[in-house]
Amino acid sequence: MSEHPIVRVGAKLLVPCILLFALYVQFHGDFGPGGGFQAGAIFGAGCILYGLVFGVDALARVTPPRMVQQVAAAGVLLFALVGVAALLGGGAYLDYDALLPDPVAGQHLGILLIELGVGATVSAVMLGLFFSFTRG
Amino acid sequence: MVAVAIAIAVLRNLFAAVMLFAIYSLSAATLFVALDAVDVAFTEAAVGAGISSILMLATLAATDAREKQHRHRRALPLVLCLALAVVLLAGLHDLAPVGDPGAPAHIHVAPRYLSETATEVGVPNVVTAVLASYRGYDTLGEAVVIFTAGLGVTALLGGHFRRRRSRNNGDV
Repeated sequence: MSEHPIVRVGAKLLVPCILLFALYVQFHGDFGPGGGFQAGAIFGAGCILYGLVFGVDALARVTPPRMVQQVAAAGVLLFALVGVAALLGGGAYLDYDALLPDPVAGQHLGILLIELGVGATVSAVMLGLFFSFTRG
Repeated sequence: MVAVAIAIAVLRNLFAAVMLFAIYSLSAATLFVALDAVDVAFTEAAVGAGISSILMLATLAATDAREKQHRHRRALPLVLCLALAVVLLAGLHDLAPVGDPGAPAHIHVAPRYLSETATEVGVPNVVTAVLASYRGYDTLGEAVVIFTAGLGVTALLGGHFRRRRSRNNGDV
């Protein structure tokens, strides 16, 4: 697909917007619709569009498959560790009230962190699936 | 949506079927928007119409774009599907009407979530508060499921890729 100038230019314009929109969905999920899962899916879709237009090898240079696997694992680990941190703070597992002295601030921090973990896992798994299917 | 679903079942050209799947997901997403479930619509549009279409296209590129003709007997599956449809339609009568404030889903824990989220969690989007905080275990489980699915696919397909890649490097 990479020889079509319209597709190339269109993708070049679109990919940064899609990635930026994914970050907006990720961090604005507290206030509007969205959250880690949707943001991860959009981020993954943006990267996959890049891979479709400029080739899977170009995508693999930006996001090496090995790093993608590590990010997927790190996301789940971050989520689980937030729960452990709540335990250490004296609360129940995943009880964000115990993360910070102020319960509401603790909830904010906890939700931010676990959404980050979910987003990282989802986008990395999407990319990993794409790599598995296209380079298999 | 019914017409699209029937077309998917009838079509033999798998490329067209993938495109129709994407259209089906998009109409499902608009349906969710009409039901005020914007978060679900978001996910449906991004995953159903976007990612799964791309993955199915990638699979088609690796296999064949035509469905094989097969000569199974079609009567039994048809009867089973129709029986299931009849049961589901019969159950439809017991569902509360859309937006009914007295529906069981709305009088169990939902009022507490709605009234306490602002003070307990302080997040304006109640959906996020429920998913991430009240139902944190569920969401952790979902993240683990996604990760495990990715691991499974990588285990099934990824090793092949690595072998082929190392062979190519050896050729060069």
